[in-house]
Amino acid sequence: MTSATVQAQPVQKVSFWYHFKQWALTFLKYLSLIFVTFWMLLPLVTCFFTAAKDTKEWQSTSVMALPKNFFNFSNYVEAFKLSNMGVAFRNSLIVLVAVCFLTTIIGTQLAYVLSRFTFPGNAVIRTAFLLASLLPGIAMQVAVYKIMGTFHLINSLWGYIIMSMGTDVISIYIFIQYFENISISLDEAALMDGASYFTIYSCILLPLLKPAIVTCLILKGVGIYNEYYAANLYLQDKQRIGTVAISLYAFTGPQGSKYNLICAGVIITLLPALIAFLLFQKQIYNGVAAGAVKE
Amino acid sequence: MTTAQTEAVAVSSDDIPFNTHKRDWKKGAIIVAFCIIPVALLVIFTYWPFIQMCGYSFYKMKYIGTPRFIGLRNYRDIFTRPELLATLKLSLYYMVGALIQVALALYLATVLAFKVRAGGFFKAAMFFPYLINGIAVGFIFKFFYTRGYVLDTVLQWCGFSQDSLPYWLKDQSINNWALVGSSVWRYLGSTLILFIGAIMSIDSTLYEAAEIDGANKWQQFKHIILPGIQTILVLNIILSITGSLSAFEGPYVITSGANGTGTYMVQMDKIAHTDQKVGLASAMAVVLLVIIMVCALLQKIIMGVLFRDADDGTAKARKKAAKIEKARRRELRKANRVAAGKAPIFKNGKAVA
Repeated sequence: MTSATVQAQPVQKVSFWYHFKQWALTFLKYLSLIFVTFWMLLPLVTCFFTAAKDTKEWQSTSVMALPKNFFNFSNYVEAFKLSNMGVAFRNSLIVLVAVCFLTTIIGTQLAYVLSRFTFPGNAVIRTAFLLASLLPGIAMQVAVYKIMGTFHLINSLWGYIIMSMGTDVISIYIFIQYFENISISLDEAALMDGASYFTIYSCILLPLLKPAIVTCLILKGVGIYNEYYAANLYLQDKQRIGTVAISLYAFTGPQGSKYNLICAGVIITLLPALIAFLLFQKQIYNGVAAGAVKE
Repeated sequence: MTTAQTEAVAVSSDDIPFNTHKRDWKKGAIIVAFCIIPVALLVIFTYWPFIQMCGYSFYKMKYIGTPRFIGLRNYRDIFTRPELLATLKLSLYYMVGALIQVALALYLATVLAFKVRAGGFFKAAMFFPYLINGIAVGFIFKFFYTRGYVLDTVLQWCGFSQDSLPYWLKDQSINNWALVGSSVWRYLGSTLILFIGAIMSIDSTLYEAAEIDGANKWQQFKHIILPGIQTILVLNIILSITGSLSAFEGPYVITSGANGTGTYMVQMDKIAHTDQKVGLASAMAVVLLVIIMVCALLQKIIMGVLFRDADDGTAKARKKAAKIEKARRRELRKANRVAAGKAPIFKNGKAVA
């Protein structure tokens, strides 16, 4: 009896401090999370507020004040017209679909050959692609610009599409990794049954590769949708063939201080990314993680 | 009999080379068909420009007109022109920013990798900026930093007076930090997701075992998480160094490189496309490439050292185990031989021993 009470007291004392410490740690943890999230969301939320204010309200109220009417879409309509976003969305869609479709086909084909056959040059091609991923794309544009000029690909949507196809290294590595996890006995069984190599690739392996393809498509899609350095360089006729990422350029110059319009434009351009993110959150996280660990 | 046999052999030996020949041809066809487009694209848009760029860097040239060979003068210019040297100094800001980003992401990832209320929301809010395009980010931060707008308002709530706050994008003592802040805002999420992925892949029973042994959170972090994500941590630190050298989009869009915010890449872009000094720009690109290659090599070496340390232990243990095993077998054989001599009926040593 006595021994039990003697034992119980210090335990209780420790447990109080333990609980206090746990509570304080949890509090600090959530405080830090909320603090970071606040700064992450602040620029976006204020943009959203500003986009809903008309010019008079924008000039008379504080930046952080809530708008009178959240459903005031007049700025969105005006921004959409002013920066010619209808055309821009059409162009972006063409580029997006073409590049995603073509890179998936050539990427999976190359990965199939590299992972399934041993031939002289296999290692050379692999190393060439790996090294290419180290070269910073923007630095190379000095010379790429001249080459695009020789092929008459400047100021053409197809030229831009072809150039974007040529710089896809990460997805090829993801495909190769994925192929190597698919058992080769599947190929052998199909080969015994008389399937050609192309049938094996298109009817057996491609369906199995679907998760990797989805990951790469999303990664590539977001990248293409947001890419603007090369788009700015090669799509010089911005009214006709500009993409969404560079349509916002309309707001530089005389429109440069109409922030309610600019914010509406910004919100419009990030809406597709937001929708894609909400729909494919998991795949996007996977893609980002896979894209960085290519070795 | 014999003729039939030889005939059969002849047929089959004829068949086999014919078959393999046919299949090899098919194999070759598919290899060529599937490789030719991607390899051609790789050569045309990566290696051919790379080789040309190396060539340009020895010339004084524009996009149009005849180039003039000037040897290494472009390279000498990079390291002697004060405005280009200043850009290299600028990348130090971005390096510090990137290290802060890695540290912050590491902390947030250790928190968010475990059960947290509304963890998905926090993760999503921190990641989403990564998906916004560069121009939009530029406008968002122009708006954010403009005098009297978002940042100033929030700081005024915290008790700062408007007059004591600097012009975030004009004041040369602060504007680079402001740009670094926008870059951290944009890329924090991707680093965070990487770290969360790495931490999730650590065996979760380790934490339970550590908790039972009385390890606190810091000890768990130091002894379980940190060694577990070593590889990715080193990768990220190296990436942050190369990334800070090629920092481009933030200053390009937000300030257009004005007021001393032009980083190496922004200057290079200006030299290449505004001033049209293709030779000098190419030399700058080559220097950047060399630095990045050195960093990649450094990464390989660091990783190699880290893994050799890990390997050395197991390799040594394995060697020792093999030695003991060998000695044991020798003893056993000896015993067997002796036993066999004594009792020839049993050939297996075990039965005798």
